[in-house]
Amino acid sequence: MKPASFGYVRADSLDEALGVLGNEGAEARVLAGGQSFMAMLNMRLARPRVIIDIMRVPALAELAQRKDELVVGAGVRQARLLAMPGLERTLPLVAQALPFTGHVQTRSRGTVCGSIAHADPSAELPLCLVALKGHVHLRAAKSRRKVAAAEFFTGMMATAKADDEMIEAVSFPVANGEGTAFREIARRHGDFAIVACAALVSDHGIRLAVGGVADTAVARDWPHLEGTALDDALNAFAYELDARDDVHASARYRRELVRRIGRSTIEEAARCRA
Amino acid sequence: MPRLSADARHLVAFTLNGRPVKGLASPRILLSDFLRHEIGATGTHVGCEHGVCGACTIEVDGMLTRACLTLAVQVDGSTLRTVEGLAPAPDRLSILQAAFRRHHALQCGFCTAGILMSLDAFLRETPEPDEAQVRDLLSGHLCRCTGYTPIVRAALEAAADLRKTTRETAHA
Ligand SMILES: Cc1cc2nc3c(=O)[nH]c(=O)nc-3n(C[C@@H](O)[C@H](O)[C@H](O)COP(=O)(O)OP(=O)(O)OC[C@H]3O[C@@H](n4cnc5c(N)ncnc54)[C@H](O)[C@@H]3O)c2cc1C
Ligand code: FES
Ligand code: FES
Repeated sequence: MKPASFGYVRADSLDEALGVLGNEGAEARVLAGGQSFMAMLNMRLARPRVIIDIMRVPALAELAQRKDELVVGAGVRQARLLAMPGLERTLPLVAQALPFTGHVQTRSRGTVCGSIAHADPSAELPLCLVALKGHVHLRAAKSRRKVAAAEFFTGMMATAKADDEMIEAVSFPVANGEGTAFREIARRHGDFAIVACAALVSDHGIRLAVGGVADTAVARDWPHLEGTALDDALNAFAYELDARDDVHASARYRRELVRRIGRSTIEEAARCRA
Repeated sequence: MPRLSADARHLVAFTLNGRPVKGLASPRILLSDFLRHEIGATGTHVGCEHGVCGACTIEVDGMLTRACLTLAVQVDGSTLRTVEGLAPAPDRLSILQAAFRRHHALQCGFCTAGILMSLDAFLRETPEPDEAQVRDLLSGHLCRCTGYTPIVRAALEAAADLRKTTRETAHA
């Protein structure tokens, strides 16, 4: 359980990091908080030639509201976002979900953007980004683009990021009067979710995003359904997610969780709004 | 921009429990192994090497850190605290350590170094924790012996003792 050998670059600026990434392409990998990547190195699931440590790049430390978005730079650790004054008003959904991401001891190092880049189907932050219709800001040496969350996550631990690109920041639209709620079922607190649900209820209707079932977080929008109409919509959604059996849970159990936790999360979000 | 080649060993220097230390490491060397084998500070334990068990938890620049998920070369210039830095003197236990001893909060002791480091940092930030907060913190550690209950008791009693000592020093 020791990593294979690699070269190490500690970038002092974004340009340096992007320069190395441009030259080395798929042979280079970004190291952020290391809470997922170091385990992959230790287990030799990843064997890059060069590692680019971005945590001492001052420009990536931005955590600020710009107009109606909260911009979170690649250097911002999860603990810093969670401790941000007023987070429960600016991004109530993230304030509710982030305590479920790992533990105090992993949030102190792990970054917000690292979790988005890692794109685990059960992870809470990608689920929040999809639920809130946030964006991923990608940079390469000679280009930049802004990708919507739903297009960024392309599969299990697969994203639209090219080999010479890195995430510079992610942005979450700030709350605008909607009710939000987050619930998840995991074997133990801090484990990856078997099913995680994020709900938003606003004047326009209901939005429910589900993680842990399909290869990525998936969201659905409905009008203000109630009673059996909501049950039917949740049942159809549970089947559309195409759950599979694995060591953690059966497909049938996952569908049942989508129906039940989905419903209670929506109800909680509706109460929050009221 | 420091660029360290894969095959060479590079100088890594940092402050460990208030004392400057240094050694040589190639980029792939984990901080947990560097502390134990290169520096000789074997108080930090290694269980799983993928971030799950918490035995290797230390403090780097004020952040709780899994040493097994950190490269030695990453902490060049940093300030580290490990379990060796907790006791005020070689023959005296810290308030937290003494509470662990009173409550039998350790049996084999394998998990203890990491749990002490987590609690030490936590009690500084949260001087009046409730049981739920302590259990939330302990979710980041695995203990195969104690069933956690004595650890929770020791943590809560240590918090109360620490509050008393800070009050006394404040009034002195
Ligand atoms: C015990 C334990 C429990 C955990 N539980 C959970 C959990 O319940 N839920 C959860 O969501 N996560 C969980 N995690 C993982 C979470 O802690 C990580 O923080 C997160 O997945 C990755 O963030 P990081 O900053 O540590 O990224 P790293 O581990 O450094 O990187 C992860 C991947 O993203 C890439 N990357 C990182 N930053 C960038 C960037 N800016 N641009 C391009 N690529 C980048 C890396 O190259 C790598 O491929 C857990 C981890 C541990 C150790
Ligand atoms: S050895 Fe580091 S967490 Fe288990
Ligand atoms: S005391 Fe033995 S593992 Fe905790």
